[in-house]
Amino acid sequence: MKTRRVTAGVASVLALSLGAAACGGGGDDNDGGGNGKKDAALNSIVNASSKKGGTVSYEHSDVPDSLDPGNTYYGWVQNFSRLYGRTLTSFKPAAGKEGLEVVPDLAEGLGKSSPDAKTWTYKLRAGVKFQDGTPVTSKDVKYAIERSNFAPEALSNGPTYFKSYLEGGDKYKGPYKDKSAEGLKSIETPDDRTIVFKLKQPFADFDYLATFSQTAPVPQAKDTGAKYVQAIQSTGPYQFQSYEEGRGATLVRNKQWDPKTDPIRKALPDKVTIKFKVNPVTVDNNLLSDKTTADAGGTGVQPQTQPKVLRGKYANQTDSSYAGATQYIALNLKVAPFDNIHCRKAVQWGLDKQSVLDAMGGSPKGDVATTLLPPSVNGYTKFDTYATEGHKGDVAKAKAELKECGKPNGFSTIMTARSDRPAEVAQATAVQASLKKIGINIEIKQFPAGKYFSNFAGVPSYVHKNKLGMLSMAWGADWPTGYGFLDQIVNGAAIKPSGGNNLMELDDPKINKALTDAIGNTDAAARTKAWGEIDKMVLDNASVVPVIYRKNLLLRPTSATNVTVTQAYLGMYDYLLMGSSK
Amino acid sequence: MAAADDPAAATRGRTAVAAYILRRVMGAVLLLLVVSAVTFAIFFLVPRLGGQTADQLATQYVGKDANPESVAAIKKNLGLDQPVYEQYWNFLKGLVVGADYTFGPDATHCGAPCFGYSFKSHIEVWPQLEQRIPVSFSLAVGAAVIWLVTGVTTGVISALRKGRPIDRVSMFIALAGVSLPIFFTGQILLALFVYEIPVWDSIDYVPFTENPAEWAWHLMLPWVSLAFLFSALYARLTRAGMLETMSEDYIRTARAKGLTETTVVAKHGLRSALTPIVTIFGMDFGTLVGTAVLTETVFSLQGIGAYSVQAIKDNDLPIVMGVTLVAAFFIVLCNLIVDLVYAAIDPRVRYS
Repeated sequence: MKTRRVTAGVASVLALSLGAAACGGGGDDNDGGGNGKKDAALNSIVNASSKKGGTVSYEHSDVPDSLDPGNTYYGWVQNFSRLYGRTLTSFKPAAGKEGLEVVPDLAEGLGKSSPDAKTWTYKLRAGVKFQDGTPVTSKDVKYAIERSNFAPEALSNGPTYFKSYLEGGDKYKGPYKDKSAEGLKSIETPDDRTIVFKLKQPFADFDYLATFSQTAPVPQAKDTGAKYVQAIQSTGPYQFQSYEEGRGATLVRNKQWDPKTDPIRKALPDKVTIKFKVNPVTVDNNLLSDKTTADAGGTGVQPQTQPKVLRGKYANQTDSSYAGATQYIALNLKVAPFDNIHCRKAVQWGLDKQSVLDAMGGSPKGDVATTLLPPSVNGYTKFDTYATEGHKGDVAKAKAELKECGKPNGFSTIMTARSDRPAEVAQATAVQASLKKIGINIEIKQFPAGKYFSNFAGVPSYVHKNKLGMLSMAWGADWPTGYGFLDQIVNGAAIKPSGGNNLMELDDPKINKALTDAIGNTDAAARTKAWGEIDKMVLDNASVVPVIYRKNLLLRPTSATNVTVTQAYLGMYDYLLMGSSK
Repeated sequence: MAAADDPAAATRGRTAVAAYILRRVMGAVLLLLVVSAVTFAIFFLVPRLGGQTADQLATQYVGKDANPESVAAIKKNLGLDQPVYEQYWNFLKGLVVGADYTFGPDATHCGAPCFGYSFKSHIEVWPQLEQRIPVSFSLAVGAAVIWLVTGVTTGVISALRKGRPIDRVSMFIALAGVSLPIFFTGQILLALFVYEIPVWDSIDYVPFTENPAEWAWHLMLPWVSLAFLFSALYARLTRAGMLETMSEDYIRTARAKGLTETTVVAKHGLRSALTPIVTIFGMDFGTLVGTAVLTETVFSLQGIGAYSVQAIKDNDLPIVMGVTLVAAFFIVLCNLIVDLVYAAIDPRVRYS
């Protein structure tokens, strides 16, 4: 008895201290976030400042794949590496839609294309130097692309679009093995300031590829392969003062950077620091208490921090941005009964998407999706082929489709989810509950995320054999255009024996042709329009059930200046603009 | 007594000690070999028995865009195409003399002890471990000092005041300490002293060699939260040991001889009660260096425990191997030291 009373006493003391911690300095009437209001950084620059100096400090709960611009796939590193690596083109550091605009960076202008969109020429700006004073030449850009795309034995992390699109890309062995002076023949450098790319197919989005950190020049003489990350040669306003693998880095001003050669960087802070592997809750607490400038990962605060910032004094410091990704369900066209369009449409009409969103965490997690392209991608067109009131589904229409499909009483199928993604498991459970109302009985099977594409959902033979009819999927684009988003997931050519991302196994000649035609079209406006049309074709086919457009709940500390969300980099803050009053 | 009077006996004694140390060191090396063999087998042999091919293993190195050619190249570069026993031999050889790999324009030498290269970053494993060992070691050392002092003191006081309020209170706190997980106490300390009343601006690791005062100051919270857990355990152990010892006949004899209570407690009681504590301490300390995962994670310290978690997440086998061996090394080393210290504090132990 006595013990119990004492335990209760101690418990209440602990509960009190926890409560005090949770309140987090209540009673302070500071408005927070400078001139910011909730979501202010979505379409404007919050705490605009032109004051030089200060230190911007980033923290990240994880480690990057690599800070080497030639060895990374991570969106936030693409954004961050612009501080020390100038790419041929980049995204305009600006608020709102303007941030999706591609502008020349290392190059004087955007790429000059041949009429067939197969040859792209860039002219480099004069006077750009590496941190050691050596002038940057077109050969350094060529070399950077060669090492990043063709040397997986040393640099395996980055995407390989250049390898796929450049002529002879499948034959070239990479600069570490092929020691010939000319290297990859389809990148020509007629003089020190000109670089010409010869592609094997028309590709009008090439200016977007040129924004990849892989086009940041690397001097061959200083390349040490996988170890280059420890001695990156900067061309941007900052260079590495220190770098500790897996732990962090400090960047200071690069004296060789000449603002006259660089119209897009203001480079206000004197110093930029980044720390890796910081406990995620600590990152959030440091943002709340203004000890750090931004969470480098840019995917938003932790679930346990959300209640603290959704309302109350911190609410004005939050930005709920589109993460450039759509969560959807792929209905496999080779698994009965989804080989029948009416059974697919039954799911489209029957699903209560609002209940699914609620189960996944509600509005902080995203908005209900009606299209495959998310709103922050060039080419997004708003439409809803299967519109129902409040996105709650339409049982009558769903039942009518079931009848046409020859399954008036419904059917049974299997739905997949990645076991280590709680939101996806919650999604599957909510879908299961929702579709039960129209007689579709779902069995949920979970798979580990790490092998989801290589061993399970991405392997058609496995999917067919195990009759996996509904496959959970989430997708974000490698570059923010309709092509960058759609090509890997709806093009028939993207169906692979394993590791594929076209989980519907959608191979519609009309869709394939529309993609090929549009990417060969050098008229940007016509191209942008085409992406929306292709999106409609996919929804008409009914094999993709869009569920939510993902969102990040970002938090900007009071000392952060020039804060704006960039849609070009998955809805995180723009790190070229970011400054600090500290 | 004989040793002090007889030089020959002293020499014999020293030889015995030397032989004992040598035997124990050799035993330790053998043990490490066994650990490395078992770990190696778990990662490189068991998957093969389970049907995984060298190609699949090599694919993990190559990354997303694996084509047969690059897989073959990496397989050759890392020797994954060789039989497993040969790979193990090469691994051991690398530990002693280093190895050469090509991950860039030129071949680079991975100096001894070469634990190989990270699958993910293609960076040598050992320099990474070398940077992280001081962090884990610092964490363990400071926490150990705190928990030994507070734990043993509390235990002794509790035992001497058995049943009194001070005993009840301290044993209750000890129970709480044993029961509260580090991610709870750690978070509470962080919330209170970093965010609520910011005594500390942040918890960072400052190398001891750079500034010992800053080193200690910045590690104080991790030390305290880790020590809370252990000192509770040690208090309970000491109390139990002391209670038993203090009821022994020789304590009564010592008191009867008219020795002061302090001498009785410190010299006769505590010394004997400490023996099992030292054994456990050696194990705890050695284990802690490699496994303070929770503390390192809560306080964002970049020690080898947190590093191993990341490596396991990334399926980065060479790092996991490296951490396992380093952790095993510390456990073996600490046990060795304990065995040597044992004899010094307990006259009943002989070097045999």
